[in-house]
Amino acid sequence: MSLVQQSSPHAHRARSTSQVMLIVMLATLPGLLAQTLFFGWGNLINVVWCVLLALGAEATMLMLRGKPVSFFLKDNTAAVTGLLLGLSLPQFTPWWVSAVAVISAIVLAKQLYGGLGANPFNPAMVGYALVLVAFPVAMTTNWAEAAMLANAPGFGETLNIIFAGQQTAVDAYTMATPLDEYKHKIASHTAQEVLQHPTFGAGVARGWEWVNGAFLLGGLALVALRIITWHIPVSLLAGLALMSLAFGANEDVYTPLSLHLLAGGTMLGAFFIATDPVSAATSHQGKLIYGACIGVLIYTIRSWGNYPDAVAFSVLLMNFAVPFIDHYTPPRTYGHHKPRRGIPGKTG
Amino acid sequence: MTQLWSFPGGIHPAENKHQSTSRPIRPATLPERLVLPLQQHIGEPAEPVVEPGDQVLKGQKIADVMAGIGVPVHAPTSGTIAGIERLPVPHPSGMADWCIVLEPDGNDTWCELSPVADYHSLDREAVLERIRQAGISGMGGAGFPTNVKLQPPRDRKVSTLILNGAECEPYITADDMTMRERANEIQKGLKIMAWILRPERCVVAIEDNKPEAIEAMRKATEGTHTEVVVIATRYPSGGEKQLIQILTGMEVPSGGIPADIGVICQNVGTAVAVSRAVFRGEPLISRVTTVTGDGVSEPGNFDTLIGTPISHLLTLAGFDPERINRLILGGPMMGYTLEDTAVPVVKTTNCVIAATEPELSTPPPEQPCIRCGMCAEACPMELLPQQLFWHAKARDFDRAEHLNLFDCIECGVCSYVCPSSIPLVQYYRYAKGEIRTQQAEQLKADRARVRFEARQARLEREQEEKEQRRQERARAAAEAQQRKQAEAEKPVADGDAKDERSARTAMVQQALDRKKAGAGTAAKAATTAEASAEKPDIGALEKQLNQARGKLETMESMLEEARVAEADNVEKLERAVAKNVDRVKRAEEALTEARQQLETEAGE
Repeated sequence: MSLVQQSSPHAHRARSTSQVMLIVMLATLPGLLAQTLFFGWGNLINVVWCVLLALGAEATMLMLRGKPVSFFLKDNTAAVTGLLLGLSLPQFTPWWVSAVAVISAIVLAKQLYGGLGANPFNPAMVGYALVLVAFPVAMTTNWAEAAMLANAPGFGETLNIIFAGQQTAVDAYTMATPLDEYKHKIASHTAQEVLQHPTFGAGVARGWEWVNGAFLLGGLALVALRIITWHIPVSLLAGLALMSLAFGANEDVYTPLSLHLLAGGTMLGAFFIATDPVSAATSHQGKLIYGACIGVLIYTIRSWGNYPDAVAFSVLLMNFAVPFIDHYTPPRTYGHHKPRRGIPGKTG
Repeated sequence: MTQLWSFPGGIHPAENKHQSTSRPIRPATLPERLVLPLQQHIGEPAEPVVEPGDQVLKGQKIADVMAGIGVPVHAPTSGTIAGIERLPVPHPSGMADWCIVLEPDGNDTWCELSPVADYHSLDREAVLERIRQAGISGMGGAGFPTNVKLQPPRDRKVSTLILNGAECEPYITADDMTMRERANEIQKGLKIMAWILRPERCVVAIEDNKPEAIEAMRKATEGTHTEVVVIATRYPSGGEKQLIQILTGMEVPSGGIPADIGVICQNVGTAVAVSRAVFRGEPLISRVTTVTGDGVSEPGNFDTLIGTPISHLLTLAGFDPERINRLILGGPMMGYTLEDTAVPVVKTTNCVIAATEPELSTPPPEQPCIRCGMCAEACPMELLPQQLFWHAKARDFDRAEHLNLFDCIECGVCSYVCPSSIPLVQYYRYAKGEIRTQQAEQLKADRARVRFEARQARLEREQEEKEQRRQERARAAAEAQQRKQAEAEKPVADGDAKDERSARTAMVQQALDRKKAGAGTAAKAATTAEASAEKPDIGALEKQLNQARGKLETMESMLEEARVAEADNVEKLERAVAKNVDRVKRAEEALTEARQQLETEAGE
């Protein structure tokens, strides 16, 4: 009889980080399915490519840092970073653009900061923002168009476009995204005229509405499974919606709320990206502030900035604010009259 | 329907209670020897009142606490005191402590008992003393002396008396089975406690996963004012703070006790012990203990004599040493592992779990924290477990304390839900321990510094006085010399001799004067002390001066010690003493001034 000496608690819930990440990955499947249905094979190929690259980059960095490779690879966090990038990048993004995004995400934003749990910025969004700034053309002209679905490129052709650089062929399948289209046309047209464009389709934004709906569904599943809490997605969407209602009620001047919610990367951002626990605020109150600010920033950048979408920049900007938010939003502990805000030794 | 509140967080771990509730409470057989630790309660350890070789009867007091908080220990059966020695006791560290070893004679002969049929005829103090004499301390966990808990501060009105039958920890069923089988005794004990405390409400709280216990308690309390309240099953609803929150919506202030908000919590087992102490006159010599886990073939509850070795209980439950992986005293959330099965059952031992590896498996290696916040979601105290973990790990204890580390109840919920398998509670225990050690060391250093400074100041003062005396002597000598010269000029024959004598007398006179001056202040102090009876002003000043003098004295002695020990805080101590010398001087000045004022007033 050899007795194990262990400190309490002795019982543990069997849900490890790798399982949490696996559930997150599964929850993106409806969104990926919708993307594939409406925009062709591009996202699926991107996802596979990005996940493989992410795992490779993570393994290499772990080896260089002298960490146990399989122990850390099994936590699935690198795979999630790759997956999120694959879901966010334009469908026909050249392979090297994806590679730059993934490698900078894993190497620069994650491993060089100390690996899992130590990165102040959302790795996937660092990679995304980097390629968005560095390769603006590649990042704006490679969006597949749902309206062209009837003659969309097949699997082989998509592979050719992405990996062999058949960029001449790509023009036939791409178009500006609904957010981009609206933002640039509304200056000289009425809302009705702008919405005539095939990218909007009969609903809000052809294809995009389904993709966003599917990500919303997956996100709600994560909330139901208690992988994430409702605070960040709800406050993010509320922040975005309130800004839109307050400043952009006139559809002939500003992008309408329906497009804000259902046309861009809003739902993927709200449920899967802004909720990345490592780089988000921690307390309930903090999460509400963090999410709401991201929502406000998304609206601000989309409406008055140069970029048609703004999830990556908004999330990264708020990542900067997280330590500050965390210091000033601790919950009130049982038996205390008020929360102890601030830093010991300082006022507050 | 009683209004209930909720508490934040909490978890639903696998209950594993059915294994030990299928059999009724069985009496445990008499072991070969009983080991009775002298400290089974919170407070001062008891001191033996028997000698090795003494014959004792069942229920006879064998150790008692003479001074301070604590309760006596009684012989659980008749037999011979085999020894008083240091033996392993139930403690997370596996430490040894003083225990009385009793060899049973097998007759189980009771000592003379004095039951009380009608406790109303006694004083409340008498009943409380009876409870103390019966050796009753809280049987739910901490083991706080029950009589002390039943005497809340007089200015606090007790609004609610809670009998805790929640038993929220998995595996443990001791309270459940006690309520099923001894509901009437529980109700009687509760009535006694209610008579002592006179609360507005009496509540028995039971989690809804114990329908039999609920039924039994409802039946026992029928027609009384006692409410049986069924609460939702959620760990840690049975934690004192959480249960109070559920039942009253109030929170025990941080660092306070439930009595601060008019609530007293008692365990159901304690109620049985109180009932027996009063109606049967029996002291606390046995308790119900759950023996469970896949490592025993016949899990169940045992009515166990205090002092029975765990190994004996395990044998009774069909223990298979080959299968078990860890042995836990208490529940799987807050219990601790045992190194040795020889440790005895004490008044707080509610459960022994003989767990196999698949049952309570060794957790996987710790992974990095991903700040997922599941711990904060689950924390019933609304702490930020992950921040506490970072600060504890980084030894940044100020920040950990700032985030209310000491409000952590160590319920283990955070570690339970942590997907990265981080032993969070252990980090908090470590941080608490380190902070307590640091505080103790700081206190010690402070004391040493004060002592040292006092000594330094005293030495300085002595030096000064010496110097002063030397100067006075020199002056006296010079005066004598002058006089001598002057006399030498006079035409007196024996002038020289006379002069020498007068110089000596002058010196003696001076020394006498100095002494008188010293005595004078003392005398004055005495007279003014009398005067101060009428003049409060002078009295206060006098007191101040005495205090300052006393402080100076202690400081000086400290300084001396520090000097002897060659401590490095000699300088600081010196400064402190100098400061105190100033203070004494000021106090003296103030006193003389006040006195003069009084005198002038009296003169007028």
